[in-house]
Amino acid sequence: MNGEMNNSKAIEIDNVVIRFSGDSGDGMQFTGTLFAKLSAILGNEISTFPDFPAEVRAPQGTLEGVSGFQVHIGSKKVYTPGDEVDVLVAMNPAALKVNAKTIKKNGIIIFDSDAFQTSNLQKAGFKTENPFEELSFPETIQLIPVPLTTLTKKSLEEFDLDNKKVLQSKNMVALGLICWLFNRPIDKAYHFLEKKFNKKPNILRVNIKALTDGFNYGENLQLSISTFIIEKSYETPKGKYTSINGNKAVAWGLIAAAEKADKHLFLGSYPITPASDIMHELALRKDIGVKMVQAEDEIGGITMAIGASFAGCLAATSTSGPGMALKSEGMGLAVMAELPLVIIDVMRSGPSTGMPTKTEQSDLFQALYGRSGESPLVVIAASTPDNCFNYAYIASKIALEYITPVILLTDGYLGNGSSLWKLPKLEELPEIIPHYVKPGMEGCKVTTRDEKTKIPYRSIPGMKGFCHCNGGLEKDYTTGNLSTDPINHEKMVLARQEKINNVTNIIPDIQIEGNEDADLLVVGWGSTYGHLISAINLLNNEGYKVALAHFNYLFPLPKNTEKVIKRYKKVVVCELNTGQFAAYLSSKISQVNFFKYNRIQGQPFTVNELIAYFKQLLS
Amino acid sequence: METYNIQKYTIADFKSDQALRWCPGCGDYGIYNSLLKTMVESGIPPYETVIISGIGCSSRLPYYTKTYGFHTIHGRGAAIATGVKVANPQLTVWQITGDGDCLAIGGNHFIHSIRRNVDINVLIFNNQIYGLTKGQYSPTTKKGFVTKSSPYGTIERPFRPGELTLGARGTFFARTLDVDLVTSQMAMKAALNHKGTSVVECLVNCIIFNNGAHDWLSEKETRADRTIVLEHGKRMIFGRNKDKGLILENNELKVVTIGENNITENDILIHDATTTDYSLQMKLALMEGPEMPIALGIIRDVEEETFEEAMEGQIKRVQSSSSVKTFDDLIAQCEQWEI
Repeated sequence: MNGEMNNSKAIEIDNVVIRFSGDSGDGMQFTGTLFAKLSAILGNEISTFPDFPAEVRAPQGTLEGVSGFQVHIGSKKVYTPGDEVDVLVAMNPAALKVNAKTIKKNGIIIFDSDAFQTSNLQKAGFKTENPFEELSFPETIQLIPVPLTTLTKKSLEEFDLDNKKVLQSKNMVALGLICWLFNRPIDKAYHFLEKKFNKKPNILRVNIKALTDGFNYGENLQLSISTFIIEKSYETPKGKYTSINGNKAVAWGLIAAAEKADKHLFLGSYPITPASDIMHELALRKDIGVKMVQAEDEIGGITMAIGASFAGCLAATSTSGPGMALKSEGMGLAVMAELPLVIIDVMRSGPSTGMPTKTEQSDLFQALYGRSGESPLVVIAASTPDNCFNYAYIASKIALEYITPVILLTDGYLGNGSSLWKLPKLEELPEIIPHYVKPGMEGCKVTTRDEKTKIPYRSIPGMKGFCHCNGGLEKDYTTGNLSTDPINHEKMVLARQEKINNVTNIIPDIQIEGNEDADLLVVGWGSTYGHLISAINLLNNEGYKVALAHFNYLFPLPKNTEKVIKRYKKVVVCELNTGQFAAYLSSKISQVNFFKYNRIQGQPFTVNELIAYFKQLLS
Repeated sequence: METYNIQKYTIADFKSDQALRWCPGCGDYGIYNSLLKTMVESGIPPYETVIISGIGCSSRLPYYTKTYGFHTIHGRGAAIATGVKVANPQLTVWQITGDGDCLAIGGNHFIHSIRRNVDINVLIFNNQIYGLTKGQYSPTTKKGFVTKSSPYGTIERPFRPGELTLGARGTFFARTLDVDLVTSQMAMKAALNHKGTSVVECLVNCIIFNNGAHDWLSEKETRADRTIVLEHGKRMIFGRNKDKGLILENNELKVVTIGENNITENDILIHDATTTDYSLQMKLALMEGPEMPIALGIIRDVEEETFEEAMEGQIKRVQSSSSVKTFDDLIAQCEQWEI
């Protein structure tokens, strides 16, 4: 929040990070989402990140039960939900304590003063009646106590509601106040509430009343507090936009690809955090004809998808790390039988159950190598919530055109985080031409391939003249019959490998962002893009010379990878694991000593830590 | 109910040119031949037929047919078959599996495909042993039986496939014997005509690792006395001389002889495969020798909505009331704003 103080009541700033934080029952996710959408409508750039506990409802008022939603809005491009918080909305002492370390030195804390009584302070582990002193906040932090509970009760007097229902609307009063603080006209918010509660007119009226009273409370405070203005972004290309999270974007990417390829979409999946929303979204899309089966287990999810692929669908399965482990054998079958399949791994902190709601990039090795035998498949990674759409689409395209399984890596940060998304039209998306048999090819074998690309031709049950038996046993290169011939096996292994290598022909070269003549090349992949590019832009603005090579295509790598990396004296690979991509690159590119920057804390990078480390490397 | 009686095809249209690689004398040959005949007689084109298998001796079967086939991985046949059928309900789907593939490693997929009532026809080749891995005990091996992995006899209680099928809310269960081609074809034809998951337990002999497991039933001279072939609507009469029958006494099945103790044919139970109450069907499925005959034929055959019908029905219902038909519609209806 780099604002210029002036004498007018409203201060103009170019970006702000707000965190709504409260009990997991306080409606913080809804409030945050609504505020983000409202800002996007007003033309701001947005990036959001929810941070919620694994427990559905942890005990009220405890540190474990705190649920947060962070929104970064800006008048210029914002790439991340923000490291530190300008404004914290704390619904109780636990929320204050959990977020204490993330508040900026000159930040603002708006808190429900009614919720800061002794019992709640004790639940949050405070020993005194003054939590702010206890947390030794600097005096530069501005505290705005608001009796949210009292206000809400008063606001909703006219409705015949029990106490519990009344208190559920505290979040709307808080939102109204934040809307006032950032000069957001609340009539725009009515529209979203109307949509959400269109079948519950009474709840709609309650919410609108609470929201309006929260806003008006701010108006009456005006004398003592300044408000802020964030101008609309002029960097955003003109067009129609929505706000989308990574999981929904993946689901929609699959839908678009299926329609483009003229295929039915099938998803076989099993509930797992943080990937389940992909399944939920596709279950909803019966109107488009999507067939979603919630399988009996992860293995059932992928093998049903393999069956559906065999029968001619665009088939996918979605999961997270532990589910990926269970799907390994199925992936091996899809490699061996050469069937199109999209496997989406929304990575989380591992190993084993790990920290299911926390993000990490530690399934890279599993994606690259986690199968028996020589089983190459394509691995790609999305890097922003909105480009999860593009990469789900591309994963489907590669799967259908190269007759291969493709792993798409996203993670909890991308899956649950959201960003602005320019709405596409189907006709703007690249063609998808599945590599299927054509009339006249009757009698061709299951192993018949295009000798140039090594891509086999697929036929599907129901097609006359193409009956064949596929399977997990090795086949003869020419006849497609079972074979244990040693020379043939090697030939088949190499053909399957070459097919995957040929994918490099359609993937774009790696592009350098930042300063081409940099003293330091930063290498990243997947969801860390926003943090890395923010750090690099800031450093270049300060006069440093830094560049970014960010990878979305992991296997195979873009053709120019080695050339680009060898151009720089110093290369640092940054990732949210112990160095898997760095090790992988070292295995592909000789004579480069990679520096590594790694975090395994279940959280995204912060821009500040990256800047500090890069400066150290540059000195 | 749809019936397929137009003879359009011959064995040559279904039998592939691959050399059969089961051991000489293996019971799988009998089931394979019965399946070929059933497919021929059904009139369903080979290219609209899919045979899915897992791993094991029996799972080699798809290579020996000219239909679409998919020899998959251990235990997953039921899930893969589910995917095929849901993807394209027009296809006729057979799942070939064995007692290990289906009831051990694939147990979960097996019970859930039955629970969903996906319209697939499951042939369980039950030889009570792992053959391809060379002789370990399976989930249907009799307790105490000595195998390579149970050198002192198994200490495990075996599954009874009929009990498991009915317990998983199965709508169809039949049983047959490798050497009984007539009953095998009758069971397979009924399985094919039944909409929903049809489980046919095929008792097959493993000549190498468990030879003679079903001899007690298979022997030609005694088979008629030791088995009863159940058909819906017919009296439960069996025996070489067709003089034995089943009655219920104190809620237990009992073998009686027609003409003895004032028993007449009219006292013998009439088999009802179509009643949803499976209590008597379960008793029939669980009959064991030597006191009781082993039930072959169609034990349960109940009509219920299939999974893929329900899926297609729901899709149609949602589509009829939604304005979203395409991806562009989806985009058009989502919350959006102009920048």
